Amino acid sequence: MTALLLRRLAQSLPTLFLVVAGSFFLIRLAPGGPFDLERPLPPAAMENLRRLYGLDAPLPVQFVRYLAGLARGDLGPSFTFRDLTVADLFARGLPVSATLGALALVLALSVGLVLGSLAALRRGGLADRLVGLVASLGLAVPNFVIAPLLQIGFGLGLAWLPVGGWGGGAPQNLVLPVITLALPHAAGIARLTRAALAEVLVQPHIRTQRAMGFSRARVARHALRGALLPVVAMLGPLAAGLMTGSVVVETIFGLPGIGRYFVDGALNRDYTLVMGTVVLVAVLVLAFNLIADLIAAWLDPRMRAA
Amino acid sequence: MSASLTALARRRLARDRGAVAALIALAGIALACLIGPFLTGHAPERIYPDFVRTPPSLSAHPTPDEIRPALDRLAQRMRVTLEEMRREGETVRLTLTAPKPIDPRNLVLLPRSDLFGPATIVERSPDGRRLVVEAPVRRLHFVLGTDMLGRDLLTRCLVAGRVSLLIGLVATLVALSLGVAYGAVSGLVGGGLDALMMRVVDILYALPFVFFVIVLLVFFRAGLWLVLVAVAAVEWLDMARIVRTQTLSLRSRDFFRAAYALGSSTGAVLVRHAVPNTLGPIIAAATLLVPRVIILESFLSFLGLGVQEPATSWGVLIAEGARALEAAPWMLAAPAGFLVVTLMALNRLGDGLSDALDPRL
Repeated sequence: MTALLLRRLAQSLPTLFLVVAGSFFLIRLAPGGPFDLERPLPPAAMENLRRLYGLDAPLPVQFVRYLAGLARGDLGPSFTFRDLTVADLFARGLPVSATLGALALVLALSVGLVLGSLAALRRGGLADRLVGLVASLGLAVPNFVIAPLLQIGFGLGLAWLPVGGWGGGAPQNLVLPVITLALPHAAGIARLTRAALAEVLVQPHIRTQRAMGFSRARVARHALRGALLPVVAMLGPLAAGLMTGSVVVETIFGLPGIGRYFVDGALNRDYTLVMGTVVLVAVLVLAFNLIADLIAAWLDPRMRAA
Repeated sequence: MSASLTALARRRLARDRGAVAALIALAGIALACLIGPFLTGHAPERIYPDFVRTPPSLSAHPTPDEIRPALDRLAQRMRVTLEEMRREGETVRLTLTAPKPIDPRNLVLLPRSDLFGPATIVERSPDGRRLVVEAPVRRLHFVLGTDMLGRDLLTRCLVAGRVSLLIGLVATLVALSLGVAYGAVSGLVGGGLDALMMRVVDILYALPFVFFVIVLLVFFRAGLWLVLVAVAAVEWLDMARIVRTQTLSLRSRDFFRAAYALGSSTGAVLVRHAVPNTLGPIIAAATLLVPRVIILESFLSFLGLGVQEPATSWGVLIAEGARALEAAPWMLAAPAGFLVVTLMALNRLGDGLSDALDPRL
């Protein structure tokens, strides 16, 4: 297990380097800069600013400097939020996004697994068809449609929950964003679980257990262990999807998370902020892929050799 | 087995009632988007200032309730007093008075509004301070209502659908060609190259690609073609994996060996044998890819990074609708309805196709 962990860690380093290099040069080679204002700055002031932020050095030198900073854990100063470093911004935004993401992950997994297993165990029955319908709706209704509907329904219509804002992370402020974020993924996981479990349920070892007179619940538990593998493999893409979704959710609900910083940063050509976000998200997704691999190895001993 | 695999698959698909319904729904939406905008009677950019935020209805506009307030506004602009108004079928008969003689040229304001046709003077008092005119009442239909500027929403949804569907199809085709070529080469050549190529796919899989796409779109000025390329660049990975697996299993079959033994080059085997034999799963995967592409495009457009005005897509309309949700809920409902029905139909058809094309059944 430790060997697997170390090997996977070593494999993700080149990936991370590729991400950093790719996004660094992509961003720098694009036209426009962080100090392009409506009214152009005097050339001397522009020159000073560029020197201050080290933008006057040749691009490869800047890249090496950035990498050196990254190795020390320094993401650099933000170009648009003056006086703040990217790390400062993340220290504010990350708790918001992480809370949202973690809650949505738990909600999506639990709802998806329960509904998917229910459908697979009662295959062809009413529950199966109902779950199928709900799942296909959940996949087809994008989160930027769900969010305003929830806002209107629960925020304005019933006035149970706030329409937006963070409110210091108060539970009632979290309900709607978390539901919005989790819903499409819950639908996806439900479909995946149903398909995987249905496939396992017809396999010989399950039939044998049934023939030996094991209780339904015990058989289902055995089958679910095998069916979990494809779901676990989805964890990495799921994490990426949650982060993508949080860009929309944070925008619609006006939450101060890193998704908002990312879009604003990109619009303002805030090089370091955008780079920082890409690096952060890449690290998170890689970490989730790693966790998924470890869980898979724990579930299925055959995966440990891979 | 008498029928070919394709014929069997077609028969299985025809028995799948949900998939058939999805196919019909898709054909209907595509046809409506293609020719519908010519039939609604409104140009997508035409602004009706008198019909801003009109709710959806099947009846013709102006409704009797809308005529009076509009006439009052018009009278004020013509600097006349509306003494009497009588509606006679398809025309209105107006009696206008003013302290000074009325300039008949002012009457052009009537047809310039969206409610009336050109007015004719029926009666004119000798001092010119009193005018009786007749004007035909227009009959406009806004089945899905109008937006904040007074544009017909149905026409706009249909025109937007063209863009969304086009992006869905073209980006899928691009992703398809990329994925098929990559996967087929990887599976066919095998060995070290295969391992390397799949390692690259694994790496790309692990990346939060949408963030790259957003950077790309923001920094290089969003445009329709860039959106297409960006979306395709994200979505070809699945296809590459599917095709590789298929090709890998084909590689050891006898007819493949025979082709090589007869002296075919790798390229020829690729085009003549590998790709056609993997067509079934590819078609199914491609059908499931279209809705993902459409939803990704809407997502980008919703953030204001995708399709730009004056072009419009369902994502753009949904974004507008979400902002106007309280005042005009139909502005969200209409484009969202089109989008959701299309996505559901595509998903259903894709599921049906992968079942029908599955040779194990």
